[in-house]
Amino acid sequence: MAAPKKGRNQGAQGRPGRTLALFLIAIVALAGGMFASGHTTPRLGIDLAGGTSITLAAKEEPGQKNAINPTNMKTAVGIMERRVNGLGVSEAEVQTQGDRNIIVNIPKGTNSKQAREQVGTTAKLFFRPVLTTEVSGPAPSASPSPSASSSASPGTDKDGDKATSTPSGSTTPSATATSQGRAVTDALKADPTPSPTDSASASSSPSPSGSADEAAGKLQAEYAALDCTKEADRARAGEGAQPGDTTVACGQNSQGQWQKYILGPAEVAGTDIDEAQAVFDTQGAAGWKVTMKFTDAGAKKFADITGKLAKNQSPQNQFAIVLDNEVVSDPFVNQALTGGNAEISGSFDQQEAQDLANMLKYGALPLSFEEASVTTVTAALGGEQLEAGLIAGAIGLALVIIYLVVYYRGLSFVAIVSLLASAIMTYSIMSLLGPTIGFALNLPAVCGAIVAIGITADSFIVFFERIRDEIREGRTLGPAVQRGWPRARRTILVSDFVSFLAAAVLFIVTVGKVQGFAFTLGLTTLLDVVVVFLFTKPLMTILARKRFFTEGHRWSGLDPKRLGAKPPLRRTRRVSAPVDTKEA
Amino acid sequence: MSKLGTLGARLHRGEIGYDFVGKRKIWYGVSILITITAILGLTVRGLNMGIEFQGGAVFTTEKTSVSVSQAEEYAEEASGHDAIVQKLGNGGLRIQIAGTDTGRSDQIKEELAGDLKVDAEKINAELVGPSWGDQIANKAWQGLAIFMVLVVIYLAIAFEWRMALAALVALIHDITITVGIYALVGFEVTPGTVIGLLTILGYSLYDTVVVFDSLKEQAKDLTKQTRWTYSEVADRSINGTLVRSINTTVVALLPVAGLLFIGGGVLGAGMLNDISLSLFVGLAAGAYSSIFIATPLVADLKEREPQMKALKKRVLAKRAAAAAKGDSLEGPAVDEPYDDDEPQDATPAVVGPRGTRTQPSSRGRGRGRPSGKRR
Repeated sequence: MAAPKKGRNQGAQGRPGRTLALFLIAIVALAGGMFASGHTTPRLGIDLAGGTSITLAAKEEPGQKNAINPTNMKTAVGIMERRVNGLGVSEAEVQTQGDRNIIVNIPKGTNSKQAREQVGTTAKLFFRPVLTTEVSGPAPSASPSPSASSSASPGTDKDGDKATSTPSGSTTPSATATSQGRAVTDALKADPTPSPTDSASASSSPSPSGSADEAAGKLQAEYAALDCTKEADRARAGEGAQPGDTTVACGQNSQGQWQKYILGPAEVAGTDIDEAQAVFDTQGAAGWKVTMKFTDAGAKKFADITGKLAKNQSPQNQFAIVLDNEVVSDPFVNQALTGGNAEISGSFDQQEAQDLANMLKYGALPLSFEEASVTTVTAALGGEQLEAGLIAGAIGLALVIIYLVVYYRGLSFVAIVSLLASAIMTYSIMSLLGPTIGFALNLPAVCGAIVAIGITADSFIVFFERIRDEIREGRTLGPAVQRGWPRARRTILVSDFVSFLAAAVLFIVTVGKVQGFAFTLGLTTLLDVVVVFLFTKPLMTILARKRFFTEGHRWSGLDPKRLGAKPPLRRTRRVSAPVDTKEA
Repeated sequence: MSKLGTLGARLHRGEIGYDFVGKRKIWYGVSILITITAILGLTVRGLNMGIEFQGGAVFTTEKTSVSVSQAEEYAEEASGHDAIVQKLGNGGLRIQIAGTDTGRSDQIKEELAGDLKVDAEKINAELVGPSWGDQIANKAWQGLAIFMVLVVIYLAIAFEWRMALAALVALIHDITITVGIYALVGFEVTPGTVIGLLTILGYSLYDTVVVFDSLKEQAKDLTKQTRWTYSEVADRSINGTLVRSINTTVVALLPVAGLLFIGGGVLGAGMLNDISLSLFVGLAAGAYSSIFIATPLVADLKEREPQMKALKKRVLAKRAAAAAKGDSLEGPAVDEPYDDDEPQDATPAVVGPRGTRTQPSSRGRGRGRPSGKRR
């Protein structure tokens, strides 16, 4: 905003060709990248391209009567929305249908299998003490379950070689605080501390204190019968178990073997997690993992349970991280972990780790859902709407170009080429963002892009008017460009900053479509600045040396006579400092 | 067009110009009238919220040969609301209609069955919840509030609080008018409308800031001269950027007008119409308010400052003296515009304060009198 240093300005002035060449290379690289990636069109939103509609039905669960109520359904919609549309740009829609169904609409071209997993997974997470565990079934299972567990090491202070990162991100308060918070309280009330039996051999029966013999016997029988290599058994294991119950569960160990567990009541729940993040473990070679940061209360509970467990003998010094009734990790504890951090490592790939982190971050669904139907849907707006929009937009653009040519004549070349450069960049970036962050373009966004034409063009207009004002003052073109630029630049930066501020604030604070809008606004604003600084200005500087423009050809748009310029020698003082770049 | 070209030149020299600040009361009046109409429209007719916000009924049919756009017409006829129609993978239709309760939904179902020539039994009717729920709306409000506070702070620092206030007034003016016209026309509010409103919010501020930037530049060192009052300088500044304002507005409005009148007008109502209407009204209001409302408002506020009052007194006194001397005020005053103070600006004495970016008002306190004497 401030007046530039003279030297720097002249430096840039001296090499407009180089800036221009660099910019053109960047554009070609972007467009080339777009063609190379094979995504030559932006992904369109569901209103323009249709997509897939998934209907999820809430499952009645034993022991949870009246769980399927409007409040829980609304909470579930909110969580699913954030899971499937975390950045707000993917244009997915989530809404309730009837009393117990949720429809999720995802635009064409989205990985629908992944989306289905994202919305359908309940993601109820518990930390439970391990009472007993043994390898289940005769042979290692070849089942490629994604939630396999390898040795996970929780905590920051235990293993020096583990990379523990403190995740930073948005703190999303879990929307399921009511249902699960109550459950945890119940669990604590029930004195969940497993009283480890002295004979802690793997085969011995665990006897959690306070549990009736009958229940313990039933659990023992269930445990004995459980064969984790069978998928049906796995699905049944621990079904309907409350957080406060002792339960059985399955999990895969680092050798890929299925292991079965008897687990104590949940000590820490997913609601105690503040943040979760997928990180790549560069030191431990464990690949992708998910790090979690507890809330203050959660950190305290976690420190308590790990402190108690550390005093026990194997396997009761282990705790299990149980996700939707499956053990994903069962690390040993040597001492109380007070860092307030934990991590889950397993054989995740990047996508799985990120999905899991998202689920933990946005909270567990208050209900379990099953897919009732999956069907394709056509665009909500008929094809003719998009076509009409495009035709109308094209006519409007043609009018803009005619107006610019008539008014600015030769200068309009600069404006049109700059608009073109801006259009190519916007288009290729939007196309490339489709596969990378799931960016989808809906009709409002297309309209927003059309308004962006106006804002981008305004930058040129401000610049041109400055130059013309300078020429009217009697300057020749070279100095006029030099003097006009710093003033125009300040105006462009100040006003674009306001737009960018709007985009940044809305992107950080809001969710859903508003966030998507903020993203588009921020992108177009940034591109406006980039194009004006790296393309329009250097191009103008180069053209200002051409005779067509310097001589003020009547079609150049810079004819001093037409502009009504004053005779140059109006005052001698003025002429002595023509290239001074002061702002006044 | 050459006339327009010379218009620019004459505006630049201040030979011609519209007295924006002087006639501000007329334009304030016009704006207040429009705003009151808008608010009345809003309270009387209310906003017609779409299915995305309030939920409604969804009808799922079996395989049918009726086309999507035809079904949309039928559904809108049967219900009187905008309908969203999608074709499903099995050839059936999914028709969503806003604001429909169970009783009404049966009736619509019957009508739809007749229109689509399918068995009413085979149309499955259910209520759907909003896809744009309270959570999204609340977050959006929260985001807007934070943005408003930040932008006012930013404008107060980059410019001054008077301009921040005026920009805010202009923004509220634009949004109220757009929402009011939306209510009057009776279009259904869709997520597209909201996005359109947000776009306007950005554009309105953007346009105001561009105009203010020029005003700030022109009003620099104002108290060091005795030719012009703040209001006159504000007028000059608007007239000086008038060509830019017109050009930018034309360039921004042309494509939107294309969408509204060609796209929407010829092909009938639709989401395209909703968005382009809110954009068209909003962009026009945004351009108008920057010039006719925001800048005169700043001038009004500025003229209340003691320094500016003193300046006005000096200017008027000087003019009276010049008139008494028999000098024609017109000659030098118009030929040598306010720009003439520029050489002063190049003297080292002013270079210092410029670095600190103090406002002309505070600088004027120390320096106003000597320069006044000089003249």
